Amino acid sequence: MARVILENVSKYFNEVIAVKDFSLEIEDKEFVVFVGPSGCGKTTTLRMIAGLEEITKGNIYIGDRLINRIPAKDRDIAMVFQNYALYPHMTVYQNLAFSLEMRKLSKKEIDERVKEAADLLEISELLHRKPKQLSGGQRQRVAVGRTIVRKPQVFLFDEPLSNLDAKLRVQMRGELKKLHERLSSTIIYVTHDQVEAMTMGDRIVVMKDGLIQQVGKPLDLYFHPINKFVAGFIGSPTMNFIETELIGSENRLFVQADGFRLRIPEERSRNLQNHVGKKITLGIRPQDLSKASAPVEGETIEALVEIIEPIGNEIYLDVKAGRDSLIASVDPKTRVIPHQKILLQANLENIHLFDPDDEKALL
Amino acid sequence: MIESFWSKFFRFYVPLIIFVIFLLFPFYWMFNTSLKPMKELYNLKLNPFYVHQPTLENMKTLLFDTIFLRWMYNTFFVAILSTAISLGASLLAAYAIQRLKFKTSGPTGLAIFFGYLIPPTILFIPLATIIFDLRLWDSLWSLVLTYPTFLIPFCTWLLMGYFKSIPKEMEECAMIDGASRLRVFWRIVIPLCLPGIFSAGIFAFTLSWNEFLYALAFISTTESKTVPIGLVTELVRGDVYHWGPLMTGALLASVPVALVYSFFVEHYVAGLTGALKE
Ligand SMILES: Nc1ncnc2c1ncn2[C@@H]1O[C@H](COP(=O)(O)OP(=O)(O)O)[C@@H](O)[C@H]1O
Ligand SMILES: [Mg+2]
Repeated sequence: MARVILENVSKYFNEVIAVKDFSLEIEDKEFVVFVGPSGCGKTTTLRMIAGLEEITKGNIYIGDRLINRIPAKDRDIAMVFQNYALYPHMTVYQNLAFSLEMRKLSKKEIDERVKEAADLLEISELLHRKPKQLSGGQRQRVAVGRTIVRKPQVFLFDEPLSNLDAKLRVQMRGELKKLHERLSSTIIYVTHDQVEAMTMGDRIVVMKDGLIQQVGKPLDLYFHPINKFVAGFIGSPTMNFIETELIGSENRLFVQADGFRLRIPEERSRNLQNHVGKKITLGIRPQDLSKASAPVEGETIEALVEIIEPIGNEIYLDVKAGRDSLIASVDPKTRVIPHQKILLQANLENIHLFDPDDEKALL
Repeated sequence: MIESFWSKFFRFYVPLIIFVIFLLFPFYWMFNTSLKPMKELYNLKLNPFYVHQPTLENMKTLLFDTIFLRWMYNTFFVAILSTAISLGASLLAAYAIQRLKFKTSGPTGLAIFFGYLIPPTILFIPLATIIFDLRLWDSLWSLVLTYPTFLIPFCTWLLMGYFKSIPKEMEECAMIDGASRLRVFWRIVIPLCLPGIFSAGIFAFTLSWNEFLYALAFISTTESKTVPIGLVTELVRGDVYHWGPLMTGALLASVPVALVYSFFVEHYVAGLTGALKE
């Protein structure tokens, strides 16, 4: 069990910059999730930690050891690959035992450890089968089992659930989390799915184009995204972004959109003084828009319902307010029909404002 | 869709039967000729597809008037050794080109492929000089050393395709698991490529078994000849073709190749299609 420290780590593939200036301290026993759209450099970062990819610049430490030049097999890490990479010519037992054999453990100890891991993952019945004879979920378990027999310092997971169907994914999510508690070891987990990241991570690292955008606890990212990208990436449905202008003066500031205006809470006005009269991007989550009964100046939005998507525990409404399209997530009991006018109440405490030029959040 | 019997019969069995007849006819002809006495062979009035008075005379001539068994032994010796050398070299070469990232791995692969395209008729003159300098003239070792010149490019090219089909992650996983590059090669790559290795081996074996040009050029002593050369040089005397023993020899010489093929096709190449599909 150990800390993992990355210091200004960069990776270039010739001209392509896959990862740039990645700095992060991962605590012992922490469950850290790297999340971001496809191609943002998550896998490359993980592979550098694993020792499968050379580090162009920067340093990586596991425990107190600088591991830049240490080969993969001596780093004491274990990795689950996206496609599982089970050895097809070996039985499940042999797959689990392989790493222990390489480390020259005694037959008896190998047997004990394999059985223990198989028990933990409930794959004891499958030990004599070949990977070809397993379902997707079972293969996934074997791939995980192969890492835990080793008892390594750090576990690396590269999108391990992306090949499973939705239901199994939710189940495995829970199991992996439980496993983390049992093993109490450091886990670095890569995914492109923000729900996975939010539900599993102690801490989340949001990446884009090889750069860290923000590091934080799941709810911190949700409530205090540092820029427009993180705000849009975390949360579902995606946050609404509307181009507006900041008007008013002193403590009474408003964002003026085409079809509505919203009042900025007083305590936030002070920091926005030098944006008055300029363009500003308003961000508001669908969950912060609800049905209102009466219009209130600066708080409600009058809109036209276009599409209704009942999800069960909520209804997503695609609405149009002036020129802008918005999504609102309203109470499932709300009665609406398409092309109906609707009044939406905005939760002003939770609105986000972004500088339209550098897309950074304005506090 | 369930096909009717007749549709399956015409679309599958009829072409299959024609194909099988086409393939087996040469063997039938060899077998047929090997059992015919000389008289019958040259009698145009008889039905050539049938043996009227079967005889073992040809077999006797082949086995006792020539040193056919010695030639068989020579051919085996050369084919097995050159196949082994070629496989060993190609396995390493193909793996290095495919997996170890070095700048010239692409061009090297291509160069090897072009090497395969150079016809032996051009190569055998310079090779003859080399063989002579090495004092291997008229020795079986000259063949053992020259056959790999065309076997290695071929096997390397074939194996490269196989290595490419193994997911890189599988090897990387093994390395993280604690295996060195060589261990990965031995424990993961080789077992997964067995079908490919057997295919390459069979082809290499057959090619060296049948090789004619180098054997003709480098070997002159009767005791050192391989089967293809021995039969042609010893059983065609002047313009007299001893068809009976020639065909018997050809038939016997094709038996080992046929055996090798059928054995490995049964056991390994059959699993080729499913080797890496999960
Ligand atoms: N071996 C490689 N050679 C060249 N470019 C690569 C290689 N591996 C990854 N890249 C590039 O690096 C970037 C990051 O890739 P990756 O880490 O796989 O992204 P992610 O896992 O987040 O989807 C991508 O633009 C990808 O095209
Ligand atoms: Mg990836």
